[in-house]
Amino acid sequence: MRFISVIAIKEIRTYFASPMAYVVSAAFLAITGFFFVASVSDAFAEASIRGYLAGAIFFMIFMSPALTMRLIAEEQKLGTLELLLTSPLREFEIVFGKFIAAFVTTMVMIALSMYFVIVLFVYGDPDVGPLLSGLLGLSLYAAATLAVGLFASSLSSNQIVGLVVGSGILTALTIIDFISARVTGLASEILDAFQLGASFSVFDLDSFGVAEGGHFADFARGIISLTDIAYYSSITAVFLLLTVLVLEARRWR
Amino acid sequence: MIKIEHMSKNYGPYPAVIDISFEVLKGEIVGFLGPNGAGKTTTMRVVTGFTPPTSGDVTVGGYDVVSHSLDVRRHIGYLPETVPLYLDMSVTDYLTYMGEIRGMNASWVKERLPKVIDMVRLGEYQNTLVGRLSKGYRQRTGIAQAILHEPDVLVMDEPTIGIDPIQVVETRELISDLGENHTMLLSSHILPEVSAICKRVLVINDGRIVADDKPDDLSEKLQHAERIEVSVRGVESPAFIDAMRDISAVVDARSDQRASVLQKAQRENFSPFIVDARPNVQAAEQIAKKIVDNGWGLSNLTPLPMTLEEIFLELTTEENLGE
Repeated sequence: MRFISVIAIKEIRTYFASPMAYVVSAAFLAITGFFFVASVSDAFAEASIRGYLAGAIFFMIFMSPALTMRLIAEEQKLGTLELLLTSPLREFEIVFGKFIAAFVTTMVMIALSMYFVIVLFVYGDPDVGPLLSGLLGLSLYAAATLAVGLFASSLSSNQIVGLVVGSGILTALTIIDFISARVTGLASEILDAFQLGASFSVFDLDSFGVAEGGHFADFARGIISLTDIAYYSSITAVFLLLTVLVLEARRWR
Repeated sequence: MIKIEHMSKNYGPYPAVIDISFEVLKGEIVGFLGPNGAGKTTTMRVVTGFTPPTSGDVTVGGYDVVSHSLDVRRHIGYLPETVPLYLDMSVTDYLTYMGEIRGMNASWVKERLPKVIDMVRLGEYQNTLVGRLSKGYRQRTGIAQAILHEPDVLVMDEPTIGIDPIQVVETRELISDLGENHTMLLSSHILPEVSAICKRVLVINDGRIVADDKPDDLSEKLQHAERIEVSVRGVESPAFIDAMRDISAVVDARSDQRASVLQKAQRENFSPFIVDARPNVQAAEQIAKKIVDNGWGLSNLTPLPMTLEEIFLELTTEENLGE
């Protein structure tokens, strides 16, 4: 456990010592701010963070891999991975430490965007249920996307490859409903079960939607379902495990 | 401390190291010598637990590198060939972090860090970002991380590669000092370096160990050719070379092409030659007699000691011929 925190603290310091955290936070706040404002600006608009959530999960498809692309790729490029792997550390400690750093950084961004909630309470009377479930869903969603991004970063020493592969996997899981709509029966159901949550209907000014069949829909609505929690937790666990395996495989090459 | 028994390592179908065995005793400084691609780095990576051997047994301090990898790694300080540094951290932050991931606690780091910084003479740069340091200072930072956690065994892969000559000398001194209380395996493809620092040399070529000896003994053992520098006046080169080749003790003769020698020869008007002869047959006497008999002027006749470079070439080319 101590090694995990040593690595996490180092990575968090690196995030905030470089422009990375600030640039990504600024972009995150600007984009989610736009969706939030647009979704509550109509007359008789619902006092909810639905627009914010839809914008946030869509943006994370690109933001999470951008945050994680450096984490392992750069260690390979600098040769410092050789040092980590010849220190008395286990691979999972390296992977967890880095994952936690990226997760904490994302949570800081989400915390910064919480003034939207304060605005809602000042000017309206939001329903607390969907608000809390939405934020829980957002945290789980962030963890899943960061795990995918971290896995992508472990594949090569090139950060851009990490970004493209990470965003590619997340985009594929997002547009999977385009494919499931074109097949029927069991195949369609299985494909639907993998829908990540974001939807291009976020750009629809009337709904600012999330994918209806996806795992985020219930969280946005105020429902906490075990299936959805299990889905995001599984994605997180599977991709973290794959990352550990990629690092272990490096030894056996 | 380090014991390697019949270790082989393949990368896919390509063998990098083939059935090598050797032992490094506690307190020994062993130089690992070989051309690029000979298998030095691979062997070191196996010893440090970075990569497992394909076959054979490797133990460090009695721990197997595969089954007790974590124990092995706790006892080793490692400086890889490309010095692994986080360029955006200060020297102090970097070393503190390296100490922590080696399992040192905060108070130990606090007590040990100033000593190590002093030892590698990084004092005035301790708050500089690693990315701003010159190559020589980066190397010292790399050495500092390897010795910080007081490991029993130090493994250094080409520690003086790519730094300027003055810093090379300083780095060598530093490594020699470290050798006084560490077991050390040090690789290099530069011979004077190894003979200056190490008391024992392992020569590796094409994945096999081709010699294991003290630098001096290595020199002696391999002197199966005697090299003699000869300078003469009043004879054309081809005639002289032919005359030398007629002597039974002589293996070969050629003009000496070294710039420094040629300059002096031109100034003093003689022709310089190098003659290789069989050892222990009084070749020098025969050469001198031949020159005098022919009525040429003999101005210099000096047996040359073989340098480690030549021994090294000899060893490795012989190995190639044998295959």
